[in-house]
Amino acid sequence: MRHIISLLMENEAGALSRVAGLFSARGYNIESLTVAPTEDATLSRMTIVTSGSDAVIEQINKQLNKLVDVVSVMDLSDGEHLERELMLVKVKAVGEMREEIKRMTDIFRGRIIDVSNSTYTIELTGSRAKLDNFLQAIERDLILETVRTGTSGIGRGDRILKV
Amino acid sequence: MELTGAEIVIRCLQEEQVEYVFGYPGGAVLFIYDELFKQDKVKHVLVRHEQAALHAADGYARSSDKVGVALVTSGPGLTNAVTGIATAYMDSIPMVVISGQVPTYAIGEDAFQEVDAVGITRPCVKHNFLVKDPKDIAPTLKKAFYLAKTGRPGPVLVDIPKDVSNQKAVYEYPSSISIRSYNPVGKGDSSQIRRAAQMLLEAKRPMIYSGGGVVLSGASAQLKDLVQLVGAPCTNTLMGLGGYPANDKQFVGMLGMHGTYEANMAMQYCDVLVAIGARFDDRVIGNVEHFAQVPRKIIHIDIDPSSIAKRVKVDVPIVGELKLVLDELLAVLRSSKQKPDAGDMAAWWKQVDEWRVKGGGLRYKNSTEVIKPQFVIETLHQITGGDAFVTSDVGQHQMWAAQYYKFNHPRRWINSGGLGTMGFGLPAAMGVQLINPGATVACVTGEGSIQMNIQELSTCKQFHLPIKVLSLNNRYLGMVRQWQQFFHGNRYSESYMDALPDFVKLAEAYGHIGMRIVNPADVEPALREAFSRKNDLVFMDFQTDSTENVFPMVPGGKGLSEVILAEDL
Repeated sequence: MRHIISLLMENEAGALSRVAGLFSARGYNIESLTVAPTEDATLSRMTIVTSGSDAVIEQINKQLNKLVDVVSVMDLSDGEHLERELMLVKVKAVGEMREEIKRMTDIFRGRIIDVSNSTYTIELTGSRAKLDNFLQAIERDLILETVRTGTSGIGRGDRILKV
Repeated sequence: MELTGAEIVIRCLQEEQVEYVFGYPGGAVLFIYDELFKQDKVKHVLVRHEQAALHAADGYARSSDKVGVALVTSGPGLTNAVTGIATAYMDSIPMVVISGQVPTYAIGEDAFQEVDAVGITRPCVKHNFLVKDPKDIAPTLKKAFYLAKTGRPGPVLVDIPKDVSNQKAVYEYPSSISIRSYNPVGKGDSSQIRRAAQMLLEAKRPMIYSGGGVVLSGASAQLKDLVQLVGAPCTNTLMGLGGYPANDKQFVGMLGMHGTYEANMAMQYCDVLVAIGARFDDRVIGNVEHFAQVPRKIIHIDIDPSSIAKRVKVDVPIVGELKLVLDELLAVLRSSKQKPDAGDMAAWWKQVDEWRVKGGGLRYKNSTEVIKPQFVIETLHQITGGDAFVTSDVGQHQMWAAQYYKFNHPRRWINSGGLGTMGFGLPAAMGVQLINPGATVACVTGEGSIQMNIQELSTCKQFHLPIKVLSLNNRYLGMVRQWQQFFHGNRYSESYMDALPDFVKLAEAYGHIGMRIVNPADVEPALREAFSRKNDLVFMDFQTDSTENVFPMVPGGKGLSEVILAEDL
C-alpha cells in the first residue's frame, strides 16, 4: 500500500544520503522524496512517498527512527492528512491551442507563469492524482517539459510533527 | 586552553580511559601519531594491515565490556578497515574508528589517498562524522563513544582531515552529552512484561532462545534465573554461546543451520518461545514460511525495535535493556501465585529428551589413522578446562569450535557471526590477549582463513602475545567443499588449497614455535606442550581429515525440522 512518511532530521551534511542509502540498501521503494529546511534552521523536514506491505512499512518506520540524525518520524497515512505537489509544465501553445490550453489551465486552477510566442509554462499545485489528470487532459505532443517536486504532506488539525 | 586537533584527539582518548589503540600510520594521521608518540597513557598496537587493527579492537571489545578503538589513515587505510567495520556492525560491537582524511581544502579534488570515508562506511556504521573544525573534535569524540556503547552497540567512525588535526582550538572535554535525536531505551513496557509472564506461566511447551544481545548486555545471570524459574529448555545462537552455561542440563545446545537436533526441534514445536537479544536470522530459523507453519506464541525482548517483527510475527514485543526487562520479568514471575504446570513440563522434557536420543547428540566417528577436527576441539576443551578465550575464523572449524567447545561463561567465544569474515580469528585474539593478559587464548582457524591475516604473526611477536593457534588444516576450504559435495554434484570448484606454505617454517620465520601434528595420538601431547608454553605463541598445524563434514545441517532455505543428520548420508 502507498504510504506517505514525514520526518524531521538534523539539517546536517550527509543526512539526506543516510535516508536515501537506507532505502536503497534495504530494497524499499521511493516513489518521491522531498526535503527542505524548516523554520528552525537546525532541522530539515522530509516527505517520503513509499509503498509496501504492512510489515515493510513497519520496518521502514523503525529503520528511519534508528538513524541517529532522524529526530522524529510520522506516517501521515495513519491518519487525516493533506498532500500537495507542485508541477511546472511547458507546453507548445500556438494558434487556437493557446486559448484551449488557457482554458484547461483555468479548469485545473493552474496559472500560466511564463509566455513566449510558441509556449506557455504552467504552474499547478495539488495532489499527485490531480497533476496526473492534468497531464492526461493535454495532448501528449504538446507537452515539452514537466518538472514535479514530489509530494509534501502535513497532518490535519492537531496532528503536528514538531520537536 | 588551546590545543591542536591532534592533541585534542589524544586528550579525548585519555579522558575515555582508552588503554590501547590499534592502528597503522600514514600521511593523513601524521599529526595524531606525533601526539601519540609524546605521551604514554594511550598505548598503540601497530598491526600489519588495517583490517587486523579493526578485528583486534573488536576482539578487545568483545572479550571485555570496553569500546575498541582503531586509528587508520585516509584512502587505502580506510578502505582496508571497512571489512573490520562491517564485521563489528553486523555483530553490534562497540567501537570508535578514527580515520585520517585529506586536508579540507583538498576534499573532492581526487587528492592523493582520498576516499569519501563517510560515504563508504555509511551503511556499515552505527553513525559517522566528518570533523571540519578542530573545536568540534572533542564533542564529536564524546558523541562517538556514547553512541558506540549505548543502546544497541556498534562501530562509529570519526573522519578527521589532516589540516583539522593541525589547527588549534580551545579544548574542553564535555562531561556529558545528549543527542536530541538519539534516546536509547531503558526499561521495558510493564504491561507487556506482565503479559509475557502470564504467557510463560500458562505455557505447556516453553522454549528460551537467546543471542548475542545477552552477552553484550551482561544479562547472563538474569537469563539463567529465568530459564531455571520457568524450567524451560534453553538454546543459544552462535553469537550467544556462553550466555547460558553449556554444562547445565537445561541447555540443549546451539540452534540453527548447524545446531543440535533437539534445539531445532524444540524451537519448531514449542508453544511459547521467548527470544532474548536474538534476531531470528536466516542461519538460525532457516525458512521463515516453514517456521511459521507451526503455531506458537512469540515473546521477543530486544533493545532494537527494528529487530522485532523483522522476519517473524511477534505476539509480545518488549523493547528495552535486557537486564532491566529480565529483572522485571523475574520479579513478576516470582511474585505470581501461579507456577508452571509440573505435569506439562515433565511431558515437554520427555519429548525434548526423545529428540536428544533421536538426534544422537553431536557426534563423529573418531579414527586412529587420521585426525578428526572435532577431536582436536574436544581435546582443546578438555586441557583448557573449558575456560579459555576461543576466537575463530569462518568455516567448518568455526562450527566445530562452536559445537564442541562447551562455553560456560559469556565473552569467551569470539567469532564473526553476522558478516562471516575469514581472517578475523588471529587479530581478534590479539585484542583478547591484550585486555586479558595472562589468560589462555586459543585461535581456532583453518589453513584458508589463517592466510587472510597471517601477517599478524609479526604483530604478535612485537607485542609478545602468547596466542595458541590451532589450524585445522584439511587442504580444502572445508565449508565450501561441503556445500559443493551436498548441493553441487561433488564439483569442487576452486575449494582445494594447493601450494600451501610450510606453516611450521612460516611460524618460525616470524619468530614463533611451529608444530605439525599428523597422528591422532599426538593431538593431546601437542596441545599440552603448546599450552604449557605460557610465554610463546605456538602455531599448531593439525593435518585433519579432508572429507569430514559438519553435522547436523539444515540446508539453506529449509526448515528447522528438515535437518540432515550424520547417518542420513
